[in-house]
Amino acid sequence: MSTALIENISGKGAKRYAQKRAAKGRPIKLSSQSHNPANRRPAWPTYVFLSVVVAVSVFPLYYTALLGSSTRIEIAQSPIPRLLPGVQLLHNLRDIVGHHQIEFWMSFANSLLVAVIVSASTVFFSTLAGFSFAKLTFRGRRTLYVFIIATMAIPMQLGTIPMFIMMNSFGWIDTLTALIVPNLVVAFGVFWMTQYLSEALPYELIEAARVDGASMFRTFWSIAMPAARPAAATLALFTFVGSWNNFFWPSVVLRSQMTLPLVIPQLRGAFTADHALVMSGVLLIALPLLVVFVFVGKQLVSGVMAGAVKG
Amino acid sequence: MAIDTAPAAARRIGISRRTSKWDVKVSPYLYISPFFLSFAVFGIFPIAFNVVVAMHSWHRRLGQGDFVGLDNFRWVLEQPAFWTSLQNTFSIFLLSIGPQLFFALAIAAFLDQNLRTKTFWRMSVLVPFVVMPVATALIFGQIFGQFGLVTPVIQELGLFTDVNSPFYQDRVLSHVAIATMVNFRWTGYNALIFLAAMQAVPRELYEAATIDGGGRLRQFLSITVPNIRATMIFVVLTMTIGGLQIFDEARMYDGTGTGGSNNQWLTTVLYLFNLGFGDWPDRLGHAAAVAWLFALVIIAFAVINFALTRRIASSKATRSKVPASTTRTLIAEARTAAEASSRAAREAGVPTLLGTASRTGHPDALTHAQGDTER
Repeated sequence: MSTALIENISGKGAKRYAQKRAAKGRPIKLSSQSHNPANRRPAWPTYVFLSVVVAVSVFPLYYTALLGSSTRIEIAQSPIPRLLPGVQLLHNLRDIVGHHQIEFWMSFANSLLVAVIVSASTVFFSTLAGFSFAKLTFRGRRTLYVFIIATMAIPMQLGTIPMFIMMNSFGWIDTLTALIVPNLVVAFGVFWMTQYLSEALPYELIEAARVDGASMFRTFWSIAMPAARPAAATLALFTFVGSWNNFFWPSVVLRSQMTLPLVIPQLRGAFTADHALVMSGVLLIALPLLVVFVFVGKQLVSGVMAGAVKG
Repeated sequence: MAIDTAPAAARRIGISRRTSKWDVKVSPYLYISPFFLSFAVFGIFPIAFNVVVAMHSWHRRLGQGDFVGLDNFRWVLEQPAFWTSLQNTFSIFLLSIGPQLFFALAIAAFLDQNLRTKTFWRMSVLVPFVVMPVATALIFGQIFGQFGLVTPVIQELGLFTDVNSPFYQDRVLSHVAIATMVNFRWTGYNALIFLAAMQAVPRELYEAATIDGGGRLRQFLSITVPNIRATMIFVVLTMTIGGLQIFDEARMYDGTGTGGSNNQWLTTVLYLFNLGFGDWPDRLGHAAAVAWLFALVIIAFAVINFALTRRIASSKATRSKVPASTTRTLIAEARTAAEASSRAAREAGVPTLLGTASRTGHPDALTHAQGDTER
């Protein structure tokens, strides 16, 4: 076996090792583990490339932090006012939080309230429906399920104007109710939970619970809910992020009430020419989800990856 | 005592049997009813109602006005802004699809290795996805703005002499800026979807190629890409449907949020928003007409897109040296097998439409079809 082939399969280090062995007159061979090129550690160019990708991913946030730590005069003098964020950021953030036109804490509380209610309810109703579709038998099950999936293809903008008229006649304009009630359960959630439960929940468990005399709901609550936990957590996360970041629908139905995405246009109005203050406000509003991301990022990653088709 | 309790016990069983039967029959419908209730009120009704709104003049506060028939549609089709908005939407979409696919594939290929601190790299590429899109829009608005990072450079090079940022003045450049925001947000996300697909490619194929002397690029083009074609079609479809509905970035690109002084970056959803909730309170009917027209455009585009990707996929087969008749037989056999397996799945009680879904290519059905969250 030539050392060139070893390099091709197992990398430079393995080649050097093989050459040393060959120089000493010992036999060289590929171990079974290093034989598979997939197990081989990539060389440094991979890490350089990925580092560049990461730098590009976080640069806009870093740049925002730089601008946010500046004063208006510094920004006028240079597009990159400094290289490290500084204490001025804290002063700017204090100005934002304390500004009378920007109700930061109120908007934060509103966003949180809406996102928590919407994700909790989506998870509950989706799991309930998913349990029914995945594990119970009833007439029309397949047709109804196909129908639910078909609804996901409808572009939501089609309903915007009628929905606004409806919210108006319900008296829900400028209330959080308009953000919560239409989003209590969505087709995607039902689909997601059905897919998961049909694989993850064995019929034996349900039958055992039924034989023990548990009612349907009891069976759902004590058997299906715990089994659904991993998928439910992912669904809750994505629903939360979606609700938290939503901008279109709140800008249609809200007027004086605010959620965090709606505060961002307010920043421009409040600090017309002061880019430093605007950018520190942008940072402040983007920050909560980024902090959450540090803790749940791993799960978010596996959620995105689970959403994919296997080739 | 025994005489007293026995009948009572018997009756209790009777009741519980009856309730249990009722429980079994009604519960399944009860559990799926929240979705259908919600969908009836906030899904079907608005769509049906949109027909009515589109055929009336409709005021934001005063409500329904006169019946105008198809006048709203005619009015919309006569507006240059409507056509501009369609052009802008497609232009931004086209500017984002190419770079996004290219970089997402490249990033995925680099991630699909035995990396150290795997989770760190994967999480890092997902950071842009959790930055609020509105915030992203403002940040990039600043970067491309008059005092930003890009404008001074290209003004220094003498490409543009205008004092104002060309990324706001020039139509195509404003599309580039907005497409950059879209790419920033979604490239890492799509890279992870590609990564998941790449991990499902059998490693033996790479092993064989390595021993045959195929380099990394060759392996990527001849093994990876063909094996993840289904995922690529899926990503392109979701990009199409999501990309055409672009709103946040265009609305937040400047301070006024109406799509530029000459509608340079007015997108169709932004146009709908401006009509419905902008300066004139009596244009809800017009906005409803835009919604219909736009829904038709999206559906048409998705269908064309799907037919195209399908043709590209099947043209590979005709180029092969196998006679066409053999191919047809093979396809017929595969189809029968697929139908048989989906029938078997149905009989086994698996409530899925995987078989049919992946054949008709419904994007969402494809997405989570074979997903497992614990991977």
